[in-house]
Amino acid sequence: MEADITLLVNGRQHTVRVDPATPLLYVLRDQLQLNGPKFGCGLMQCGACMVMLDDVAWPSCQLPVHDVTGGIRITTLEGLAKPDGTLHPVQQAFVDEQAAQCGFCLNGMVMSTVATLQQYPQADEETIRNGMMRVLCRCCVQHRAIRAAQKVVAANKKP
Amino acid sequence: MPTSRRHFLQTTGCLTIGFSLLGPTWATAATEAADELPGSLGDYPRIDSWLEVLADGRVRVLTGKIELGQGIRIAVAQMAAEELNIPLNRVDVVLAETDRTPNEGYTAGSGSIENSATAVRYAAAAARQKLLALAATQLQTRAFQLKTQNGVVTAPNGQTRTFAQLLGGQQLTDEVRLPLALKPKAEYQYVGKAVPRPEIERMVRAQEYYVQDLRFPGMLHARVLRPFNYDSKLVQFDENELKRAVPGLAKAVVNGSFVGLLAEREYDAKLAQDWGKQHVRWTEGRALPAGQPLKDYLRTLPNTPKRVQDKGTLTTAPTLRASYYKPYLMHGSIGPSCAVARYDAAQRRLEVWTHSQGVYPLREALADLLKMPVDTIHVKGVPGSGCYGHNGADDVAADAALLAVATPGRHVRVQWAREDEHCWEPYGSAMVLDLAARLDPATGRLTHWHQQVWTDTHSNRPGGNADKLLPAQYLAQPRRPADNGATDPSAGGYRNADPLYAIPNLRVDAYFFQGPLRVSALRALGAYGNVFAIESFMDELAEKAGLDAWDFRLRNLQDKRAIAVVERARAIARQQQVGENEGLGFAFAQYKNKAAYVAVVAKVSIHEEGTPYRPQLWAVIDAGEVINLDGLKNQTEGGMIQSASWALMEEVKFDQHQVRSRHWEAYPIFHFDEIPYVDVTVIDRPTEPPLGAGEAAQGPTAAALANAVYRATGKRVRELPLRPEKLTREA
Ligand code: FES
Ligand code: FES
Repeated sequence: MEADITLLVNGRQHTVRVDPATPLLYVLRDQLQLNGPKFGCGLMQCGACMVMLDDVAWPSCQLPVHDVTGGIRITTLEGLAKPDGTLHPVQQAFVDEQAAQCGFCLNGMVMSTVATLQQYPQADEETIRNGMMRVLCRCCVQHRAIRAAQKVVAANKKP
Repeated sequence: MPTSRRHFLQTTGCLTIGFSLLGPTWATAATEAADELPGSLGDYPRIDSWLEVLADGRVRVLTGKIELGQGIRIAVAQMAAEELNIPLNRVDVVLAETDRTPNEGYTAGSGSIENSATAVRYAAAAARQKLLALAATQLQTRAFQLKTQNGVVTAPNGQTRTFAQLLGGQQLTDEVRLPLALKPKAEYQYVGKAVPRPEIERMVRAQEYYVQDLRFPGMLHARVLRPFNYDSKLVQFDENELKRAVPGLAKAVVNGSFVGLLAEREYDAKLAQDWGKQHVRWTEGRALPAGQPLKDYLRTLPNTPKRVQDKGTLTTAPTLRASYYKPYLMHGSIGPSCAVARYDAAQRRLEVWTHSQGVYPLREALADLLKMPVDTIHVKGVPGSGCYGHNGADDVAADAALLAVATPGRHVRVQWAREDEHCWEPYGSAMVLDLAARLDPATGRLTHWHQQVWTDTHSNRPGGNADKLLPAQYLAQPRRPADNGATDPSAGGYRNADPLYAIPNLRVDAYFFQGPLRVSALRALGAYGNVFAIESFMDELAEKAGLDAWDFRLRNLQDKRAIAVVERARAIARQQQVGENEGLGFAFAQYKNKAAYVAVVAKVSIHEEGTPYRPQLWAVIDAGEVINLDGLKNQTEGGMIQSASWALMEEVKFDQHQVRSRHWEAYPIFHFDEIPYVDVTVIDRPTEPPLGAGEAAQGPTAAALANAVYRATGKRVRELPLRPEKLTREA
């Protein structure tokens, strides 16, 4: 049965009336009209639907929305840039490295990298690759994504 | 489509062929004659077909191509900005849309730059010339005394006019005429440079960009229920029961074996589809040929032979024979196909938003499907997930169109599920290739070559025909193509089957079968299999003759640009150290024997379990004049990685009843830990025409990997994919 569900998305509270079993992805895209998280498989196999739950990158396509209430901070790609529009360093690095072709996988790569570098600001290549393991990219820009992440790490290292 | 100069020339060309020994090449020569308008201008010679000057001075470029991630948007913008001397950010681009942009057919075959961007270049140059002429009149001076910068024309006396002022609300309706002075290349600001694609920022900002992002008031969400087998028929579907299970279901549309499930919310449409998978009954359909080696099976199928090349004599005593195989491969878009459609019953008009590669051909196919006049259908191209060829884009647009007509007045968005995409997209055909060649041991030159190719078609696009739209085949009155429907069953199958090497006696035979799986165009079409076979075989021949693989190729190449690419690759290879269990391989091809030249060097290191894990790949590419350096690199890097994923792990699997590769776990592709290291060297040839490059790395990469694996392990793998068990197996 439907219920009112309150979610904390990108720093704002939203109350939606949905079946609590609805996967978070559908609520984000349909009720909240967000474009960041994408539908890629619905099977937790491709990472297109990646969001951050508090500080962890997690696929949203099979995650019942009632599991992410109670003040869990849900961050989507939309929530990364500053209010004045300045891109998050990871977003900026992806633009600088032109790490996209069609860009459909970009959400997953950016969200995963943000989470990885939050935890490991000095991440080495293997940690970076590991952080994006859940994400598939068929245009195959992965090495550019790795380069983008490395660029952010290099900037982190500067005093 | 307007009757054009190009069509005229092609037609005359055809008339001449009967009398000419030159054969079909005549038509090509004619279209390339100096006074022939380049690219798609032949079909659309008017300037305003390609660009418009807006009131605020911005310039709008219209391309009949769609953005697939290949960067056509930036390429056409660069061309226009360059020739008009305006900043790049003053150029807007409109992508393929019926009645709005030129009809450039399909965005395929790496032709976007050669056809569309070249047309825009000439249209912009003609526009500049015309604008200067207008300014000369209005400012009472002479055109050569005028300067134009940032969309403003300045006379020697300092008087100025903007482009918009010059036109006074009109557009440039003149036809582009040759000869035409193009901007000197030395003055280029944008073309040839690594200009970033502005849409990437839109993507990282999660702005609306994809067809999947379109939202209209009152839009319905739909999924289509598909059986497990191509030939299954609907036996039983109980709508009431479904309605009880999924109260959010708004409506079910059943027409024969086509079942569309619509809901106000997307999740309910998904639930309805999930329910349908469990509860709806279908007939079994046709058995698939499981449980036998596909390679052998495909040879046994009835086929239509075609002699593609026949030069000189056939040898009875080849130096070597070998047989190769390439399995069925998937496009595997990350975002499953999606489309939106709306039918206005009062006006009898249909609107469709699609990521199809061809909005005009799709419109005709939909007109045929729905029995509507073509001009009552409007099709707008919107980017989707990268497609790498003909995937489910047209089919899902047909799904949406059928459901929209059944639900007038509402936008209907159809989203394929992952399983729909994996099971129903048209795959790249499996191919069997038998090669035999003879070489003169004294000279190391090839004297004879015989290539035999068994393949299904590599082009099954709908064109204007509804038969090939998936849902049409399941309606109560099904539209099923008599055969597999290819207008030309041979399309793409022998692409690159004719080696670029100078071989006096050359025969290419192709045998076209209708295989068990649905197929169509996948990046590089038959060139992937043909180049894999040719370049593996070249290594085998070199070894047999005791020649160095590089020398052997260079000895047999005559094309100077090919030689340059191969030599550059050799220089890269020579710098590599090769350790134990490691191998260095290489391969070369010119895509279609007329597009970009690519040589790939691969270095593999074989792990204990037999995996050539995370190889290193270097490409050297000559794509003629470079338009966007970073775009060209991006395409080539991506092409190598994708091809390596195909070559090392991919193969569509099926059992007797159905395709087993139903999702990513059942059809693994590269994950992040496996991604090769890639590097691309570009040979820029500013004075040569730009050549299609997006598909050029596919074949050489596969062969370079197989050759590298051979060097590392001594195992010659002739059947893709290069699975570990094939590398560890005792010889
Ligand atoms: S859509 Fe969630 S992992 Fe693929
Ligand atoms: S850029 Fe297209 S899927 Fe990654």
